[in-house]
Amino acid sequence: MQSIWQSGVLDPQGPIGAAERLILINATVIMLAVIVPVIVLTLGFAWWFRAGNTKARYLPDWEYSGPIELVVWSIPALVVMFLAGIAWIATHDLDPPKPLASPVRPLEIQVVSLDWKWLFIYPEQGIASVNRLPVPTGTPLHFSITSASVMNSFFVPQLGSQIYAMGGMTTRLVLQADNSGTFVGRSVQFSGAGFSDMRFDVVALPPAAFEDWVRQTRSAGGTLDAATYAGLVKPSIAVPPATFGAVMPKLFEAAIHHTVR
Amino acid sequence: MLGKLNWDAIPFDQPIPFAASLVVLVVLGAVAAFTFWKGWWPYLWREWVTSVDHKRLGVMYALLALVMLVRGFIDALMMRSQQALAAGGAQGYLPPEHYDQIFSAHGTIMIFFVGMPFVIGLMNFVVPLQLGVRDVAFPVLNSVSFWLTASGALLVNVSLFVGEFAHTGWLVYPPLSEIAYSPGVGVDYYLWALQISGAGSLMTGINFTTTILKLRAPGMGYSRMPIFCWTALSSNLLIVAAFPILTATFAMLLLDRYLGFHFFTNDGGGNPMMYVNLIWAWGHPEVYILVLPAFGVFSEVIATFSSKPLFGYRSMAAATLGICMLSFMVWLHHFFTMGAGADVNAFFGVMTMIIAVPTGVKVFNWLFTLYGGRVRFAPPLLWTLGFMCTFVIGGMTGVLLAIPPADFVLHNSLFLVAHFHNVIIGGVLFGAFAGYMYWFPKAFGFTLHEGLGKATFWCWLVGFYLAFMPLYALGLMGATRRMQHYAETEWRPMMLVAMAGALVILAGIALLVLQLFVSIRDRAKRRDTTGDPWNGRTLEWSIPSPPPPWNFSVLPQVQGVDAYWNMKQAGQLAARQAPYETIHVPRNSAVGVALAFFTSIGGFALVWHIWWLAIVCFVGLLVAALSHGWIIDREMAISPEQLAALDRERST
Repeated sequence: MQSIWQSGVLDPQGPIGAAERLILINATVIMLAVIVPVIVLTLGFAWWFRAGNTKARYLPDWEYSGPIELVVWSIPALVVMFLAGIAWIATHDLDPPKPLASPVRPLEIQVVSLDWKWLFIYPEQGIASVNRLPVPTGTPLHFSITSASVMNSFFVPQLGSQIYAMGGMTTRLVLQADNSGTFVGRSVQFSGAGFSDMRFDVVALPPAAFEDWVRQTRSAGGTLDAATYAGLVKPSIAVPPATFGAVMPKLFEAAIHHTVR
Repeated sequence: MLGKLNWDAIPFDQPIPFAASLVVLVVLGAVAAFTFWKGWWPYLWREWVTSVDHKRLGVMYALLALVMLVRGFIDALMMRSQQALAAGGAQGYLPPEHYDQIFSAHGTIMIFFVGMPFVIGLMNFVVPLQLGVRDVAFPVLNSVSFWLTASGALLVNVSLFVGEFAHTGWLVYPPLSEIAYSPGVGVDYYLWALQISGAGSLMTGINFTTTILKLRAPGMGYSRMPIFCWTALSSNLLIVAAFPILTATFAMLLLDRYLGFHFFTNDGGGNPMMYVNLIWAWGHPEVYILVLPAFGVFSEVIATFSSKPLFGYRSMAAATLGICMLSFMVWLHHFFTMGAGADVNAFFGVMTMIIAVPTGVKVFNWLFTLYGGRVRFAPPLLWTLGFMCTFVIGGMTGVLLAIPPADFVLHNSLFLVAHFHNVIIGGVLFGAFAGYMYWFPKAFGFTLHEGLGKATFWCWLVGFYLAFMPLYALGLMGATRRMQHYAETEWRPMMLVAMAGALVILAGIALLVLQLFVSIRDRAKRRDTTGDPWNGRTLEWSIPSPPPPWNFSVLPQVQGVDAYWNMKQAGQLAARQAPYETIHVPRNSAVGVALAFFTSIGGFALVWHIWWLAIVCFVGLLVAALSHGWIIDREMAISPEQLAALDRERST
């Protein structure tokens, strides 16, 4: 049974995902404390006060009770105040672009959603990757995300927060992978015919292994220039992963405004 | 001559839609031929098609909703079976082009052509009866509303035979729905169908708001209005406030698609985020347009079948109005993941949670209505108990999704799909079925088969849990909505359970149809001569079943919330025979069906760019609407002698 929960949001591999799972569980438990009694009382009252039960009291005119009214407004109000406090604090703590407190220098990654694949540009390394996202573990990952066509949503369930990819603008997201491993990422905002195959593997590597991958990618060659990018923009489905050892400057900025030339 | 329309629009090469189209055409043809052969056409025209009687319109709305429920459910079965098959490398039997249309059509149909007509149908039938009045404020407008809704439903279904439906999801987010990414006619079918039916809904909102505010029986102050009327008032206020947003938003998208505007495009200064905001500024209130009347049904049912007044009537009315107002302040929770920033997200998250307070109060008040009652487990009460236990789970997952950081991992997952089916099936649909089984004897004068009603309930309840609890789990496993196939074979067992749940719901639908069939067959035996089969509390039970076209021969004098219950307690039934007065009932009108004729053909013409036909239909629309203004003789009088004679006839 345990295996089916792996790869989901209940099996987080980084601090953002872990914090979000905690909120999910806390809020569920708090609310269950109210709704389980409500369900039990509903069934209990209905059964005890069934028409055939002569032992049950019949109160044909009982329609109001001040103290009960006070209680029924108070219980949901108090629960909601409590949850609202949790939500307010957590929303600010876990705001998608908020930097993580970490001594490690963050890695910048630029993400472009295309019909129907993902392009990941590593501007500091000068390399790019399609439908595969190797990242170093223990390092804050600073994503800048846009779309070359329709809306998508960038999501790696085991790392936490998703955010929309939209044309003409950039959204920002900070994630981190604590453990090495391969985690599924995908688009979760429906984007057309190739949507179901808009998935990618996040490969979390120890920092040294990530540096190796960067070096190998550079030496493997391939240049992502305007012409190659124009090819990528054309709709295609289930695109196998590929890498580029060099990327034309300011490609991401041009992609935001659909002005790659 | 025919714009973009040619033979390629007919899906000869796609066996599923083509066969479905043929089956629908054959069934429609058979129904038309049968009724013609029976000589029913004049009767149907006179008594139903041109009727402006709110009760008849209510029945036709409910019928439309049930037919469209079957259509929408077939889509659901296809989705569930596709996802049960398409795991690992498998592609299932529906290619993306087809699968994407199915989930778009399913959502569109279930919200606009099942939820809306069912709820509006119940309001049509019940509100004037509960208010103790003879009709709605604008009976002809009411007929126009219905026929425009039917016209929209027709256009959506025509897309199955001719062309295609939207591939974009049920809210057609741009830029995907813009001409650059959806060049076909699918989005146009969607937009014109909903513009037409949306106009009908807006007219309903105006009509019922006016009716409830201006027409009530003597003595019925606001604090004596049955709770269903309070929920109907809130729902219609929301319609009046929200539907213009929908119409304006779709109008902008239509301008983008037809005339090259740039409201929501990626380029030319367009902003798709604006569409997302606008559509949900309508979309969230829409949820409450549907569920508030359902809450009203449950309130009526639980009081009647507990043989007790509703507990905390004033709290209930206040909670209803509170939800009505709050529902306009939460729309952003549908897109916390768009990057609005922590303050904005947190504000809308908290506002959303606040809605749980009045909703929670309602649940507790229903609970205390049961307390001290004499609870009769008839089908309407079973739906209500099923709702109370199911809806609180949906409410809980709703509050979870309202916490922005939780939503960041659950948005657009199957968890979300499970949540909104939890509240829409467990809330709206259970409420619609409770209302249907509760008021059916009033509408037709005979009762529904109780055993089959209970069986229907149990199939829906069990089917719902089987179909949607696995989706909650799948969402937590990271499963996304709207996937035509997926690689994760470990999701498949849950998908199979969900498929089984859909089949149990199918049995529930079959039993619903069987119940109707058996009850109609045995109607002579099932005749209810009392007009009050449930020992009801509100005014609709004080008159014969089915009620006469004018509802009340003598307008009732209202002395409390449970007006009819009070009369029964005070033994005032005999005293109801106050002197008759001449009453005026509206004559039939064909203007509704005439307008719908022109909007249906005109909508089709606009979808296919057949401009001359669109212009002809627009002129026809104007002529039909304006010609109504020249009809002077719109009412017929019924004299006291006629009323007395008819009442004598009914009571013997």
